[in-house]
Amino acid sequence: MSCFCEDGNLIFDYLHKRMTIELKQHIDPRLVPILEKISDPEIPVLSIMDMGVVRSARIVDNVVQVKITPTYSGCPAMDVIGDDIIAAFKKENRQATVNLVLSPAWTTDWITPRGRKALEKYGIAAPLDEEADKEALLGNKKIVKCPQCTSTNTKMISQFGSTACKALFKCDDCLEPFDYFKCLK
Amino acid sequence: MKNENIIQYIYGIADNALILGQRLSELCGHGPSLETDIALTNMALDLLGQTRSYYQYAAQLSGDGKTEDDIAFLRIERQYKNVLLVEQPNRHFGYVIARQFFYDVFHLFLLQELQHSKDEILSAIAKKAIKEVSYHQRFSSDWIKRLGDGTKESHQKIQEAVDDLWGFTDELFHMTEDDLLAFNSGIGVDLSKIKDAYYQKIKEVLEEATITPPETKWFQKGGKQGIHSEHMGYLLADLQYMQRTYPNMKW
Repeated sequence: MSCFCEDGNLIFDYLHKRMTIELKQHIDPRLVPILEKISDPEIPVLSIMDMGVVRSARIVDNVVQVKITPTYSGCPAMDVIGDDIIAAFKKENRQATVNLVLSPAWTTDWITPRGRKALEKYGIAAPLDEEADKEALLGNKKIVKCPQCTSTNTKMISQFGSTACKALFKCDDCLEPFDYFKCLK
Repeated sequence: MKNENIIQYIYGIADNALILGQRLSELCGHGPSLETDIALTNMALDLLGQTRSYYQYAAQLSGDGKTEDDIAFLRIERQYKNVLLVEQPNRHFGYVIARQFFYDVFHLFLLQELQHSKDEILSAIAKKAIKEVSYHQRFSSDWIKRLGDGTKESHQKIQEAVDDLWGFTDELFHMTEDDLLAFNSGIGVDLSKIKDAYYQKIKEVLEEATITPPETKWFQKGGKQGIHSEHMGYLLADLQYMQRTYPNMKW
């Protein structure tokens, strides 16, 4: 076997139950409008594009081939997202296949600026950078901003929240609990 | 290295994640508090997700039409290669935390080495899992400290769990024939290399938690050869019931 190539994507092909390495591919701009309409099933305000889980999308022999990456290994949303993509293209009379990219691993840096805004508006604090995230989760600094009242007088209630990607916080000013999207690098 | 040996090597890693994930899943809805319940089941989910990636790869290597479900649900006890530590029952919360802590510290060191594997798929799975397991280790280390340096009762209970489970830690570093083969072909990890760092890290955290590291020199082994403790059969009965009763169910 060859050495792991940083530029390669490790793909799990559902149909053939195989893992393969492929070079990075771009997202075909013609497919973007449809992909942008598909939302993350656990955070409905966020499209899968803004979430950064779509790693490539192209048309080959008239079939749409989409590759998505899981936020966390066991993320149960992946199956739903895969089904939603196939259904969305079916509506447009297009056949689509969805495969899973395991490497490079997803990072919160791939959430777009628009996605971060949507998270905040929905009541989820967007991830801080790696250093700040550590300080926040260790309880050293009060820097996570409450998405309700913007106060930073907040504290962590639980390192794990309603889904694997979030931690549970509460605001000591407005007293509302809220989710914080953990930084993943 | 033959595919059959790589598959066995993968089982040696993945079965730990499956069985520990199963133990943690038992606590779903039964955790001592809402936050710990959610945390433990989140960790179970991460471990089962990692298990799936490993088993999908093993199934592909086997080339005989086997699926991840066959590997997870249809092997017999002797064919599971997990260490004895992860199959130990959830006697009380102290046991859950001590078991998790002993495994998380090992798991992170293991993955940090495995990410340099010549096998690009194992390397990719490890790179993804490192991010998740870092959170696990932070969670279990924090709880070791909270319980150890907590009340008289919490201290006594976590010390009891640490004492009881300590004897299972050495097996983590036992190299089976497949481990050696994998290491010699650049795919696997040299477990002896991470052993010192492991015990040093464990002792640091225990010390901070005012827990006395046991001095036991006798360690129990067997899981990696498929010789399991009396708890394993019950665990597998739970794990495999649905698949054996309703064959071909999918995850």
